[in-house]
Amino acid sequence: MSDTTSTTAAIPATATSRRPRNRALARFARHRLALFGLCAIVALVFGCAAGPYLIAYNDLHIDIMHRFALPFSGPHILGTDQLGRDMLARLMMAGRVSLTVGFAAMLLSTVFGTLIGTIAGYFGGIVGTALMRFVDAVLCFPTIFLLLALAAFVQPTLFSITLVIAATAWMEVARVVEAQIRTLRERDFALAAEALGASDAYIMFRELIPNAIAPIVVASTLNVARAILLESYVSFLGYGIQPPTPSWGNMLNNAQEFLVSAPWLAILPGLLITLAVTGFNFLGDGLRDALDPRLDI
Amino acid sequence: MGAAPPAMDAENLLEVEDLAVRFHTDAGTVAALNGVSFTVRPGETLALVGESGSGKSVTSLAIMRLTPPAPGCRVTGRILFRDRQAGTHDLLALPAEQMRALRGSRIAMIFQEPMTSLNPVMTIGDQIAEAIAVHRGTDRTSALASAAELLDLVGIPEPRKRLSSYPHHLSGGMRQRVMIAIALSCDPALLIADEPTTALDVTVQAQILDLLKNLQKTTGMAVVFITHNLGVVAEIADRVMVMYAGRVVEQAATRTLFRAPLMPYTAGLLHSVPRLRIGAGARAKLEAIQGNVPDPMNLPPGCAFAPRCRHVRPGLCDTAAPTLENASPGHRVRCVRWRELAPPMAAA
Repeated sequence: MSDTTSTTAAIPATATSRRPRNRALARFARHRLALFGLCAIVALVFGCAAGPYLIAYNDLHIDIMHRFALPFSGPHILGTDQLGRDMLARLMMAGRVSLTVGFAAMLLSTVFGTLIGTIAGYFGGIVGTALMRFVDAVLCFPTIFLLLALAAFVQPTLFSITLVIAATAWMEVARVVEAQIRTLRERDFALAAEALGASDAYIMFRELIPNAIAPIVVASTLNVARAILLESYVSFLGYGIQPPTPSWGNMLNNAQEFLVSAPWLAILPGLLITLAVTGFNFLGDGLRDALDPRLDI
Repeated sequence: MGAAPPAMDAENLLEVEDLAVRFHTDAGTVAALNGVSFTVRPGETLALVGESGSGKSVTSLAIMRLTPPAPGCRVTGRILFRDRQAGTHDLLALPAEQMRALRGSRIAMIFQEPMTSLNPVMTIGDQIAEAIAVHRGTDRTSALASAAELLDLVGIPEPRKRLSSYPHHLSGGMRQRVMIAIALSCDPALLIADEPTTALDVTVQAQILDLLKNLQKTTGMAVVFITHNLGVVAEIADRVMVMYAGRVVEQAATRTLFRAPLMPYTAGLLHSVPRLRIGAGARAKLEAIQGNVPDPMNLPPGCAFAPRCRHVRPGLCDTAAPTLENASPGHRVRCVRWRELAPPMAAA
């Protein structure tokens, strides 16, 4: 069924439109879960970016008279925490931190991983072996301990946390890309490009990487989710973003004492973490389908 | 190059001298090519014929310097390329940067598989335009305009519209036309066509051959045409070079070779082409050459074709490797018995 819809959809598109991006968009729009993921992420990003300006409370304002206010029961829409700080404001400010860490760590790890993977896969031989064994070596460290060990030495700031998370997340990208580039390198069109006098850099960046974009995008969206989770872990364990600056992770950390008496303190940031992580995962899935023009027959 | 340009016959575009390619593997050394020499003149078509594994494609890759890097693969000999624009160079001694500048601009190549030789995620227009941009450094708009002209030249209808198509929108024949357009984008002096019609069906094959012939007439480029299809050879080639187990075994003008093949292998190839016949003899058995190409790691001591040859004479053919002899001007053959074998085979 999907076959017939895609062909009938594609025929007028090829006949009238010269912009292939429209077709990618159409493929993406057919992916319900991806649309949901995109909406969730847009809502989260927009909410966290603009939300704090729209509500009356500051995330750091302590109102000891109104501690543990229940959600939907008063002026504080999502209630207050143990110091009477507005939960909604804190969640939004925490979202800024967590999403920033997620995106920035994803960007760093994707760029670095793609670069390492491409060079290793393209040149192969000693260079490739050395680089990939290095990747294996870094992969051998248990991520969370590496993260904690690094965090113990590094002053935890937004920037250093991002860097540390990116440093533990680029290896998967490198592996995926290396495998892709190695197979693509053997394809005829890579040889054809070489026969045309294209340089190594040109073949790597213009011919091969665009062909590997689907797995890179999927790996990097998963990396956003992973980075958000890792930031939460580290902050939860107290080595990450330091209070009073909120992040979803350190909000969970604060909440654990009040798990029974004030469960919303844990449930709300947990929900947002889940929403963000699943949203990015679905988005990655949808992008993989949308970015592959071969699916559009 | 600091030294004086290598000496070379002024009439030749390409001179290959004693070209040898060896692959070093864990199991031993494979001599993929051995002492191959030939010349190509401007505007002519030389066909390289032979079974799979005879060294045709390795020859073309060696000319393009696209063989795997040393130490796994070693290329020796001389490949002189003489061109009004680029000057005379020994391609094997050329620095990588200069070789890259020649590739695609002065020497172009088309490959066997049009289905996989185009980048699947780039539009046709971009792929042609970038081929132009790599060597000429023109801007995108004018490169795309030339791309459309090239598509028109190779007979693709609605070239403007096709610029934004992806390779999977096109049929095999169309893709091969696009490959030809890319190869022609910088007006090369030499086109190496590595079995460009093998993957296509017969009618499309004829169209592509026609196209190549016409383009050659208008551009004056020389073509090295690699194929195992003798029908295609008869159609397109001025001269033919037959290869076997990494060596040239016979070389002659197309007409001479088809009329009077001297090497038993060539005769065998010609006999193993099915003919359309009705009536008497229609069901005659197709004569195949018995056996297989010898293991390149373990070549027989004498003539490499001896184990499969009908005319083999023990003690003569299997002792020393025969040399390439001049049978007549322009006709070279590698067979110790060509003098005695020539008359009956020519009559056949």
